[in-house]
Amino acid sequence: MTQRRLYAFNGGVHLEGHKAVSAVLPIADMPLLPRYVVPLRQHIGEPARAVVELGQRVLRGELIGRPEGYVSVGVHAPTSGRVVAVEPRPVAHPSGLNDLCVVIEADGQDRAVDPTPLDWHRMDPSALRNRLREMGLAGLGGAVFPSFIKLNPGAKRRIPILILNGAECEPWITCDDMLMRERASEILLGAHVMRHMLGAERVLVGIEDNKPQALACMAEAAAGSDVEVVAVPTVYPAGGGKQLTYTLTGRITPSKGLTTDVGVQVFNVGTAYSLYRAVYLGEPLISRVVTVTGHVGTPRNLEVRLGSPILDLLQAAGGELPGATGEVIGGPMMGFDLHDTSAPVTKAVNCILVKNADLFPPKPAPMPCIRCGECARACPVELQPYELYWYARHRDFGKTQSYHLFDCIECGCCSYVCPSHIPLVDFYRFAKSEVWAREREKQAADLARERHEFRTFRLEREKREKAERLAKKAAERLESGAVAADDPQAERKKALLAAAIEKAKQAKAGVQPKNVDDLPADKQREIEAIEARRQQRASMTASADP
Amino acid sequence: MPAPHLVAQHTSVRSVMLKVLAALIPGILVHAWFFGPGIWVSLLVCTLFAYAFEALALAMRNLPLRPFLTDGSVLVTAWLLALSLPTLAPWWLYAVGLLFAVLVAKHLYGGLGQNLFNPAMVGYAALIVSFPAYMTQWPAPVDLAGHTPDLLESIDLVFAGQGAVSPDAYTAATPLDTLRTQVRAGEDVATVMQQPVFGHLGARGQEMVALMYLLGGLLLLAHRVITWHIPLAFLGAVVLTATGLNLLDASRHAGPLFHLVTGGTLLGAFFILTDPVSASATPRGKLIYAGLAGFLTVIIRAFGGYPDGVAFAVLLMNMAVPFIDAHTQPKVFGQAVKAKDES
Repeated sequence: MTQRRLYAFNGGVHLEGHKAVSAVLPIADMPLLPRYVVPLRQHIGEPARAVVELGQRVLRGELIGRPEGYVSVGVHAPTSGRVVAVEPRPVAHPSGLNDLCVVIEADGQDRAVDPTPLDWHRMDPSALRNRLREMGLAGLGGAVFPSFIKLNPGAKRRIPILILNGAECEPWITCDDMLMRERASEILLGAHVMRHMLGAERVLVGIEDNKPQALACMAEAAAGSDVEVVAVPTVYPAGGGKQLTYTLTGRITPSKGLTTDVGVQVFNVGTAYSLYRAVYLGEPLISRVVTVTGHVGTPRNLEVRLGSPILDLLQAAGGELPGATGEVIGGPMMGFDLHDTSAPVTKAVNCILVKNADLFPPKPAPMPCIRCGECARACPVELQPYELYWYARHRDFGKTQSYHLFDCIECGCCSYVCPSHIPLVDFYRFAKSEVWAREREKQAADLARERHEFRTFRLEREKREKAERLAKKAAERLESGAVAADDPQAERKKALLAAAIEKAKQAKAGVQPKNVDDLPADKQREIEAIEARRQQRASMTASADP
Repeated sequence: MPAPHLVAQHTSVRSVMLKVLAALIPGILVHAWFFGPGIWVSLLVCTLFAYAFEALALAMRNLPLRPFLTDGSVLVTAWLLALSLPTLAPWWLYAVGLLFAVLVAKHLYGGLGQNLFNPAMVGYAALIVSFPAYMTQWPAPVDLAGHTPDLLESIDLVFAGQGAVSPDAYTAATPLDTLRTQVRAGEDVATVMQQPVFGHLGARGQEMVALMYLLGGLLLLAHRVITWHIPLAFLGAVVLTATGLNLLDASRHAGPLFHLVTGGTLLGAFFILTDPVSASATPRGKLIYAGLAGFLTVIIRAFGGYPDGVAFAVLLMNMAVPFIDAHTQPKVFGQAVKAKDES
């Protein structure tokens, strides 16, 4: 283990860990299930597009969802079997809405596609990233951001430091802890590939000091290499990307930026492990370690195929005990309530925490804010949560933004410490969604207005051009003597033509584009440019005429 | 139920208020020791009226009684007002003070958490402009008084008015009052302060009560109910301003120690200015708010017409809090550094 100068971020909270409960037994493989429900949206970004048909036979590791768009990764069959449905099913999402899933009936043989380990050292970096994209790699720490994007250092940007996040600061969760205890060397092999891809010079592993065994195992695996395994103080949210970066390096990530802005990339240890499997074993991301803990018979960690119904995980952990009051997906600070236990495990599910009334008593009724400032002292981002609450509550969303609403990481520290028990984070989520909704509305309104303005302009222009054309034609006819001299109607026709010319002239003079008075400068320039082009084209056609 | 699923169960508005009340107890005990049992009567009377007005306001506003009557906030107001007013004043004086504190300063502004001004100080200010004569009749220290009313006598004095005992027998001008009147009459500060009422540090009896408020304040600091910013800035500004005036003219202005232990300086520093609802809440804002309050306190004492300056200093600075807070917002994490994408 390495001693380093550490930096303490503001506030945070000290929580009861409850880690030992689920860290007694080693990680166990979930037995093969008869049926898997694999959501196509398991990562941040665009969902994958199903590439299998009803009744199709698939092998373990076969691509069943192709990445769609840039921010997207592939989805694979967790076992061999037959596709029996591609339909919306309940998924583990805060909204409780259904989402498109591929349902696979296992044939029990669990035959895999031929593994193709990657020759990462010699592969073109871009080709390597594409392979990882297809293999479905996404961050397993909770945000499930596609890993291949984070592994692209960009043309100019240097990423000198790679941080492996083993902090696991949420109470109850031990999947990273157990993974580090049991598979430290594999994690470091994965980190080695990451380091190569990023061109990083140093690798730091940050682990909260409440996990001495994980620290020891990782240090042992790192012995002889220059990977630094560092114990960081146990204070929630030590595992936040920007917080861990600051703790380990003292580098402050810009308020609206990413850790890469200060030359640091952060990956969860579980992601490093899945990268190892992808690169060395040629296996796409089809399983992960999930902690099942809380009010269950045998709290433990399970190696779970993605798509396994959560109900089966609960069963494998001894089942919910009498008095269970619901399940949380993730930890108690940032996790969300599960609506339906038939929902499957996805790449994002790191923990299933079964609640009971003792462990999670009902929240006391909120009282008015007394501006005590506890929230500000607890905020790891150094916001003034009570001010944000004030403005969010009074729907002054402009002010919430000038008080840095979007720097809030929703860690929940403020809600936790509030003596008035105000659900502060709820107010910030509400304010954020309102701001987003208003921005969308504003964009739509701007677009509609621009279109309307241009349409008005175009109609007026066409009217003017038509008048000009008619005038020209009339003049030509008049000159060419289209009107015969002996025509008794001649005088009347001439008069009519002259009147038409006059009318066209008037129209030309009178027609001004409407609704273009208060155009913004850029719009004005755009119109001028269009006019200039039209002039140019007109002169070109004129000169081209014989 | 949205995240977080955990909340700190051990903390509540009530627990915060109870800690403040507990921290006042040493001062109250020492007060009773030096000035007689009258303080128990005024505390009780204030408590009763405070709850009566609070219940009335809650009922009129159709708010639930139970959570708000048990949050302890009105008890803090009652006790702070009781400790700021002369003991053994007639009961209606406390009633009027609490009417202004609870009904006007607190509930007309929207109740708990919404008041711009410190309720107890609004009550105090209303009384001192309305009934200045009653506000100077402080009981004399036990060892200097011709007579110290016992508990029954105290009850009688508060409820039945002046009975057999003349107020002159048990009250005395406070050191702040004595000094101001006599210095304005042409006496020298040093000569005036020879009198026994000035005690060791500046105020017989009261100086010990003030030290107990200091002790209570340190307990609040240790329990993280308050932060160091407000007491330090306030006391620092009191000391600096008093020292400055004292250096300018030592014959007319008492030194910093006198200002620290007399009047409401220490009670104000730890219990009144620190009322989170009406105080500035940002770290820099707290320093400005309390620093200016300390400056104003001494200036009002030195040049103003009131027996003490703390209440008006607090109220004046309460008014400035929204402005101060808006202009002292701390930088958020990463705000000082600019994102590369933006540059």
